[in-house]
Amino acid sequence: MAGGAATGGSSTSDTYAEARTWLLLPAWVTLGILVLAPVTMMLIYSFLTKEFRGGVIWEFSLSAYDQFFFDRGLFGDDPPRIEWTYIQIFWRSIWQAGAATLLSLVIGFPTAYFIATRAPAQRTFWLFLVTIPYWVNLLIRTVSMKFLLRDQGPLNEALLGIGIISEPLSIVNTNVAVQLGLFYSYLPFMVLPIYAAVERYNFTLSEAAADLYASRWTVLRRILLPSVKPGIIAGCILVFVPSMGSFLAPDLLGGAKNFMIGSLIEEQFKGNAGNWPFGAAASMILLTLVLIILLIFARQQSKAES
Amino acid sequence: MTPETTFAIDVQNAVKRYGDFTALKRVSLSIRDNEFFTLLGPSGCGKTTLLRMIAGFEEVTEGAIHLFGDDIVKLPPHKRPINTVFQNYALFPHMTVLENVGFGLEMLGSTKSEARARAGEALDMVQLSQFAARKPSQLSGGQQQRVALARALAPRPKVLLLDEPLSALDLKLRKAMQIELKHLQRDTGITFIFVTHDQEEALTMSDRIAVMSAGEVQQLGDAREIYDRPRNMFVADFIGETNLLEVSVDTVADGQAACHLGGGHRLTCDAVEGIGPGAKVHMSLRPERLTLSSDPTQGDSLKGRVRENIFSGTDISTILDLADGPEFRVRAPNSSRGDRRTFEPGTEVFVNMEQGAARLLMD
Repeated sequence: MAGGAATGGSSTSDTYAEARTWLLLPAWVTLGILVLAPVTMMLIYSFLTKEFRGGVIWEFSLSAYDQFFFDRGLFGDDPPRIEWTYIQIFWRSIWQAGAATLLSLVIGFPTAYFIATRAPAQRTFWLFLVTIPYWVNLLIRTVSMKFLLRDQGPLNEALLGIGIISEPLSIVNTNVAVQLGLFYSYLPFMVLPIYAAVERYNFTLSEAAADLYASRWTVLRRILLPSVKPGIIAGCILVFVPSMGSFLAPDLLGGAKNFMIGSLIEEQFKGNAGNWPFGAAASMILLTLVLIILLIFARQQSKAES
Repeated sequence: MTPETTFAIDVQNAVKRYGDFTALKRVSLSIRDNEFFTLLGPSGCGKTTLLRMIAGFEEVTEGAIHLFGDDIVKLPPHKRPINTVFQNYALFPHMTVLENVGFGLEMLGSTKSEARARAGEALDMVQLSQFAARKPSQLSGGQQQRVALARALAPRPKVLLLDEPLSALDLKLRKAMQIELKHLQRDTGITFIFVTHDQEEALTMSDRIAVMSAGEVQQLGDAREIYDRPRNMFVADFIGETNLLEVSVDTVADGQAACHLGGGHRLTCDAVEGIGPGAKVHMSLRPERLTLSSDPTQGDSLKGRVRENIFSGTDISTILDLADGPEFRVRAPNSSRGDRRTFEPGTEVFVNMEQGAARLLMD
């Protein structure tokens, strides 16, 4: 090959192709080990038979998926009816993750905008402030959140103190607590991509729109938001996807009633009571669902562009 | 004091301060209706600040700005019937060319179809109708420039502001656009306020020019006035090429000032108000209004030695060393007519000046 490269220009493209193969190898290996292999394992496990003390028996079975979607009674011989329990958990997860994403967007967009419009030297400082809480472990942050929100916690004390409420709000063990927990867990994932988009935004465009008789609100809606849309979509995906699969916030803040898919899957692999194929099947369904949502997003995006 | 309603833009004692820095020091300018007015100056002279104050993007620290007699200082940009062509065009990247041009009309309350129709007309005006459905990124720089122009003209503003709109174009395109802009201004009858640092551009296009430096207007006048009768050192030096000589004024009589140079040369030129006998000032001598000869002719002449000749296509410039004086330039057109000779380096020559070639300057 070295001789080939020396003979003339015609072989440069071959050399490039070869170099590219080698240079891309680490990426392919990483993707293979960290993405493809685990997903394939999950896929295989979801079609196996469960072993009672955890683990699997290597025997093909559809029972994990069957259990997810159908109720066949206590002894498994009733006519199948739709099993709503897990579908409901999925639906709740989508809803909770969606609410957390919306909350992150409402709080994160102004934050990102504020930081991106500071003097360049100050931006680093503000970004640093946003990321400081994330140096603390997620578990500890979530537990702290519970302390903040509980009936005798600082939030209720403060609200009682100023007299906005006369009785403490019971937030812990509700959907709202879970949403707040998820929001707090993933806020920087919303702030950072939007910040990057707003920082790249050419503010002369806002001036041009104002010059052409657009009010501040119209400038925001017609010019700024469309320009930073890629950042907003990236932020929403980065908050929504991990929120869907999260189990810490729902476990610690939501209580038994506010179970999400993450917790359901976690249970299946914990201790002896688990059901590995069922956990794997739930994971595969979650993965499919998230992919479908992302595809719809992408489709909409390309439609808007053409 | 009531502002004259006939002025399109009347700036009175406008001051702009950023903290301790004063960008504009009491500028007053009255810009007439239907005028092509240029703010000319080097970067940092305050011309863009003044333009942005008229547009409403910068607050006025002190002073007043009237638009056809109405005080607009307190109005936000979107309430001023003034549109701007931005230096880097600032076209909305997510909208088509037609949507860009129709944006202002839509904001003013036109229906979608009406905005479309009038945007189409504006695009016709800049010969870009066939690109209506494209995105700005699919156009060349010159085309984007014309879209920006159509977009700013479509709502028929009372005043159009242009912030160095031609600076990103190549020379040929710039020259063509200069003429096109001039025609557009004449055909639409809209007052244009044009900001540039390019003196040639300013001289070519403007009805009147305000030369600015260090936050002040140095001179206001039409192209001829500014070029032929610069008021001070800055204007003479900034506009075109010139020779600046230190002179002492001896006598002033009958509108003529007699001066002498350090080397003993004597010169007379038009007297300038404010410069009297005994004053030590600078004199400007435009290189193209001087000729060289081997003998002194009637009138004033300076003696010097040729250092070098520089050929630049249209002209030949000769660099001389004056006796006891600074470097000096004389420029002659590259003409086949025999009345202008080129002298070899080292030759002693006399510099002859046309009537009115010399001009006394305030500092």
